[in-house]
Amino acid sequence: MITVLFFGQLRERLQTAKLQVPLHELSASATIADLRQHLQQKGDEWQLYLGADTCLIALNHSMTKSDVLLSENDEVAFFPPVTGG
Amino acid sequence: MGIAADDRLADKIMVQDADFDVAAEYQGLLHHNAQAGAVVMFVGLVRDFSHDSQVQGLYLEHYPAMTHLALQGIVADARQRWALQQVSLIHRIGYLAAADQIVMVAVSAKHRHEAFAAAEFIMDFLKVKAPFWKKEITSKGDVWVEAKVSDEEAKDRW
Repeated sequence: MITVLFFGQLRERLQTAKLQVPLHELSASATIADLRQHLQQKGDEWQLYLGADTCLIALNHSMTKSDVLLSENDEVAFFPPVTGG
Repeated sequence: MGIAADDRLADKIMVQDADFDVAAEYQGLLHHNAQAGAVVMFVGLVRDFSHDSQVQGLYLEHYPAMTHLALQGIVADARQRWALQQVSLIHRIGYLAAADQIVMVAVSAKHRHEAFAAAEFIMDFLKVKAPFWKKEITSKGDVWVEAKVSDEEAKDRW
């Protein structure tokens, strides 16, 4: 199972803070890009907001890129550019 | 480098709702350390929203499982670049009003150049790497703050 989290404006627009995706629902050797595509099929808003170039990705609490392979029990987070400080 | 592993353990990295007392943090920074020749402290405040009187305050959201790790990573990167003694980094979350303190970075080192550079480096990376998001609370509704290109450019200087 992959745990997927959303933060900030992305969480509000998708009206989702957290969901789970069984790894077997994705292709073999799935990457974060594959997970993202899978989620974008959930609807127009998912297509639009998860497709944004500015969308950042963290894998198991570290920033990462979409070409990284997923493993069972990974935690993936999608979020807009950060605005702390 | 002359920095014992024990010194690193003394870094203080906090993510909290509560306000902080800059004078107490300064004393705390020096408490275990008689070697410092320089301390640089930076405090970020919620700006006065006079340009838009509708704004009543801010809400700061974060990614709890990641925030502390991200801040630790930034401090570790600063330690790779400069010989630092103590680092204290505090970031607040939740609801904040105008003029409230949001963030503090305090760095002690033998000499001022390291302390100044590391404090600025830590803030520049925090602005683009630490998972915090600000929302302005206004009388007409809430507005997410947009990231600034200038923050990305500030990080790229290093």
